[in-house]
Amino acid sequence: MVPLNAYLMLAAAIFSIGLIGFITRRSIIMMLICVELMLNAVNITLISLSHYMQDFMGQIIALLIIANAGAGMATGLALLINAYRLKKTVKIDLFRDLRG
Amino acid sequence: MSVPLLFFSYFALATIVLSLIVITRKNYIHAVLWTLLLFVHISGIYLFLNAEFFAMIQMIVYAGAILVMLIFVIMLLNVKHEDHLSDVSSLPIPKAFLVFCVLGVLAFTLQVSYLNSTGKFSIDLVNKISDAKLLGQVFYSEANLPLIIMGVVLFVPMIAAIVLAGKRSDE
Repeated sequence: MVPLNAYLMLAAAIFSIGLIGFITRRSIIMMLICVELMLNAVNITLISLSHYMQDFMGQIIALLIIANAGAGMATGLALLINAYRLKKTVKIDLFRDLRG
Repeated sequence: MSVPLLFFSYFALATIVLSLIVITRKNYIHAVLWTLLLFVHISGIYLFLNAEFFAMIQMIVYAGAILVMLIFVIMLLNVKHEDHLSDVSSLPIPKAFLVFCVLGVLAFTLQVSYLNSTGKFSIDLVNKISDAKLLGQVFYSEANLPLIIMGVVLFVPMIAAIVLAGKRSDE
C-alpha cells in the first residue's frame, strides 16, 4: 500500500516543476504546456485524496478540471493564433504594446 | 520493498524526470512529444488509485485531443524556435529558487497525519462495481449540477475559438 503522502509529494513536485517552467519559459506554447502540467498535478492530488477518503467528490472535481483544461487550451490556442498573426512571434516578451 | 511500491517508485520517478525534460526542451514539437510520454505515465499513476476511468480519460482527452490540438497549431503556424531571441526569461535561477520555496511550503502543508477513511465508496465497492459505472451513478444522481456546469464550460470555448480564430473572408 503506497502511502497518501507519496502521492501528495509527487503532485507538489510536478506542480512546482510546471510553475518553474511557466515563469521561466517565455513562449506562449511552452507556457500552455506548463499550465497543463500544473493541472495534471492538481488532478493527481484530487484523485488520490478521493481514493484515500473513499469519497467520489474528488473525482468529480477532477473531471471538471479536465473539462476546464480542454476549454482553456482551446481558448489559449485561439488567442495564440491571433497573436501570431499580429506579431509573427510567440515570444511573450514582445507583446508589450499595452505597457506604459 | 513490495511490488506495488516498486512500480509506484518507477512511475513517480519517471513522471518527475519527464516533466523536467518537458520544461527544458528548446524545440516545441519535442516538448509536446515528451509531454505525451509524461501523460501516459500519469495515467499509470491513476491506475494505482483505482481510477481506471481517469486513466482512460487521460489518454483520450489529454494525449488524444489536447496534445493533438497543440501540435496542430504549432504546425499550422510553422513556429520555429528563434535563437537570437532567448526563450528563457531573465533571472531563471532566482525564479527557480523561489518556486523551490513554494515547493517546501506545499510539502509542509500537504502532510496528512490522520485521515478518516470510512466513506461511502470503499475500495471493495469500487473494485466490485467499476469506477466508471460508479462515477456515472454519482454524476446523474447527486452531482448533476457539476455535470451541467461542465456542459456550459465546454460550450463557451467553442464560441470563443470560432470568434477569435475564425478569419473573416473580407479582410
